[in-house]
Amino acid sequence: MNEMYMEEILEHYKHPLNKGKIAQPDIHYHDANPLCGDELDIFIKLDKDKKIIDIKTEAKGCAISQAATSMVSEELKGKTVEEVRKLNKEFVFNLLHIPLSIMRVKCALLSLTTIKKGIYKYLGEQFNDSE
Amino acid sequence: MKTIIPKDIKKDFPIFTREIHGKPLVYLDSASTSQKPKQVIDTEKEYYERMNANIHRGVYKLSEEATLAYEDAHRKVARLINAKFKEIIFTKNTTESINLLAYTLGQKLKKGDEILITAMEHHSNLVPWQQVAKRAGATLKIMQVNKQGELIVDDKLFTKKTKIVAFSHVSNVLGTINPVQEIIQKAHAVGALVVLDAAQSVPHMPVDVQDLDVDFMAFSSHKMLGPTGIGVLYGKQALLEVLNPFLFGGDMIREVKFEDTTFNDLPWKFEAGTPNIAGAIAFGAAVDYLMNMGLKNIEQHEQELLRYAHEQLAKVKGLTLYGPKDLTKKSGIVAFNMEGIHSHDVSSIVDQEGICIRGGHHCAMPLIKELKLEAACRVSFYLYNTKEDIDRLVKALEKVRQVFL
Repeated sequence: MNEMYMEEILEHYKHPLNKGKIAQPDIHYHDANPLCGDELDIFIKLDKDKKIIDIKTEAKGCAISQAATSMVSEELKGKTVEEVRKLNKEFVFNLLHIPLSIMRVKCALLSLTTIKKGIYKYLGEQFNDSE
Repeated sequence: MKTIIPKDIKKDFPIFTREIHGKPLVYLDSASTSQKPKQVIDTEKEYYERMNANIHRGVYKLSEEATLAYEDAHRKVARLINAKFKEIIFTKNTTESINLLAYTLGQKLKKGDEILITAMEHHSNLVPWQQVAKRAGATLKIMQVNKQGELIVDDKLFTKKTKIVAFSHVSNVLGTINPVQEIIQKAHAVGALVVLDAAQSVPHMPVDVQDLDVDFMAFSSHKMLGPTGIGVLYGKQALLEVLNPFLFGGDMIREVKFEDTTFNDLPWKFEAGTPNIAGAIAFGAAVDYLMNMGLKNIEQHEQELLRYAHEQLAKVKGLTLYGPKDLTKKSGIVAFNMEGIHSHDVSSIVDQEGICIRGGHHCAMPLIKELKLEAACRVSFYLYNTKEDIDRLVKALEKVRQVFL
């Protein structure tokens, strides 16, 4: 029981990685999950090749969304915005590897979606929700 | 206190034979929607199997039966809240009832007029007024709540400019029972019309529109043992007579010419198109069921559960309860949080134990912000809940604590 709340998830929830702000980020985006009111701010610093050199997050929300934010943000360091843009929900599911009920999928995806929205805004492109 | 809600009442509700994750279902989310007794389900089924025909149209036997049953449902609802038959309009739900009023009353608003709502409104009694105010150039004023989630009824809020006062009888988040009569008197004293969101009160306690002297009132069938897709708008007859229709089309007309139309009598003037006939008739059966149990008995039963829940939940370590401390000012709704654990995580884990509770902002984002919360867990009771349900919940909450320890 409670497979959704594995040790690793709870560890990330209690001690999230990349928590905080970046003073002068190249990308900043704020988003919310309308179902639960979870809120997330992401800050990204890029190098000249548009590679993520630093990422910080300020998140309010449930264990699933917070743990996903922690894991996803850590995984994105060193990736270029182009690489991040191509990531899909499977990327997040593979990181979390826990069974998620349909209602909780949105919690898991909030961080990647917010980051991608930030990147699209940075690139001056329209975010496509069907991705 | 002894009540006469039968101990084996769950037998009337087929859903309670179900298991969730291998455990018997405990349903603690009736503020969201209630479960349905067999009597209601059978009535809807029987309509489709034995009586299905459109109303107010055919002159044949079947249509006559459907028409009488549909109209009878209006009469039952009228009896329930001590209104007249003509004053009961069936809509889709509370939200539609409020939108109907926002639209029709909104047509009469002028720039500078004021609409008064409260900080504890469900989005359905907030967004329609906010949008209407924007269109009309009117001002939306907010009656604030204190830390316990009780309204601060400030006389200064009621002015000559106040045209509409819209507020909830019972908070869907905290269970606060608001001082309805006091607010209605103050509203009437300045000549304002009152719209009462009774979605959380009519299902759970006796509500008498004449006693309250309320102008308009909205509630939903699905929160009171009836089907989804049917709601009620009550309005004082004299007010409804002069109000313009909201939706136009069939059934709401008396005579149609290309140049103009005369509208039908109340309540049909506000019921355009083929309505939810099956839902309405089954709603009538739900009202029968509730009146048979007695609203006073249901209220007492829930008060007992509320007291027990407060006692038991207070024993759970790290649990904070919200809402009025004086439980006589509270309906069968309990909002709480567990320290360091998001309400959706709590809901997910107790779900594994077969228990349905809500987490999140409960369609009242401004109130949640006002109380300086991110979200909250909510359990809500109805006549079919028992102390055993609460015991199961408390056990499950202990498990939640273990997971996050």
